[in-house]
Amino acid sequence: MATEGLTPTSYIQHHLQNLVYGRLPAGYERSDGTILEQDTWTIAHNSSEAVDMGFLAINVDSMAWAVGLGIVFSYFFYRAAKKATPGVPGLWLNFIEMIVEVVDKNVKESFHAKSDLIAPLALTIFCWVFLMNLMDLVPVDWLPLLAATAAGDPHFYFKVVPTTDPNITFGLSLTVFALIIFYSIRFKGVGGFISELTLHPFSSKNLLVQVLFIIPNLILEGVSLLAKPVSLALRLFGNLYAGELIFVLIAMLGYWQLPAHFVWAVFHILIIILQAFIFMMLTIIYLSLAVEHH
Amino acid sequence: METILAFTALGVLLVLGMGAFGTAIGFGLLGGKFLEGAARQPELAPMLQVKMFIVAGLIDAVTMIGIGIGMWFTFANPYTAALH
Repeated sequence: MATEGLTPTSYIQHHLQNLVYGRLPAGYERSDGTILEQDTWTIAHNSSEAVDMGFLAINVDSMAWAVGLGIVFSYFFYRAAKKATPGVPGLWLNFIEMIVEVVDKNVKESFHAKSDLIAPLALTIFCWVFLMNLMDLVPVDWLPLLAATAAGDPHFYFKVVPTTDPNITFGLSLTVFALIIFYSIRFKGVGGFISELTLHPFSSKNLLVQVLFIIPNLILEGVSLLAKPVSLALRLFGNLYAGELIFVLIAMLGYWQLPAHFVWAVFHILIIILQAFIFMMLTIIYLSLAVEHH
Repeated sequence: METILAFTALGVLLVLGMGAFGTAIGFGLLGGKFLEGAARQPELAPMLQVKMFIVAGLIDAVTMIGIGIGMWFTFANPYTAALH
């Protein structure tokens, strides 16, 4: 990335910018000075263009890597499932069976109702989040440089770790949130769900006092309900964003990069496994709370 | 403009520092309780260790959110953007 005007701040900001595809309105002045005659769907050339594209803009690099890694995970597990036999498994099959056993044990310990969705959901979340986090261990400049030479544009933005993009983590956690509400309603009924939000934790035998308690109950339970997807998403995002940022900062150290990168990468291996595991465990626990009757 | 940058830097330092402070105390208590429990009943140590990591992830959560917000303010300061 040896271009004129490369300062530390611009290097960092280059590595923190996604490849954004969106619509720029007519009359918009782009970074190279041209003025658009009509609404164009295009790739942003700098971060202020990316911001001006608004809500409907897509982070193409995060989406492509997330979907691609999901396909990789599905393909490998599908092939392993096809080849599974009752006899002694080979090395790869053994590894996959270990992962499935760990997930199965955790689901059995925490989830006490009947559902065919929970264990595959937990397995998918764990493996997919782990694979997305794993992209952070590839040295910082390699994949972006490869993409920039392939695209022929030295200022090509390319972030390869989907979980450093809050859009991806919120996509995962809002899906889990939708499942929490769906399972609550399915196992407790709409009435049970609403009564759990409005009649706990303050309750009373007196009907008038009970009605007065609905508002404070709703506030407390509502905050606790909304905290679940928000904290799930931001925990994963914060951990991975901070990790990637430290990799980028270490990359500016010159030759001292090598020991520092190694030390941080070893610590980061723990973080990525732990965060994937925590996302999976919290999903299982929230869903088990959703189906529990008091 | 300089005032905004200076106060942003101070704000980021407070977020990071207080997050580290709280997390350190939290992990210290958590690890201490785990060691006590493992010393009382060594056969439960593996199970307790798994649960310890789960709680560790929860303790880290708001700190990491703070770090994310701090980094956002450092490198993509919305207050300076609002000035332009």
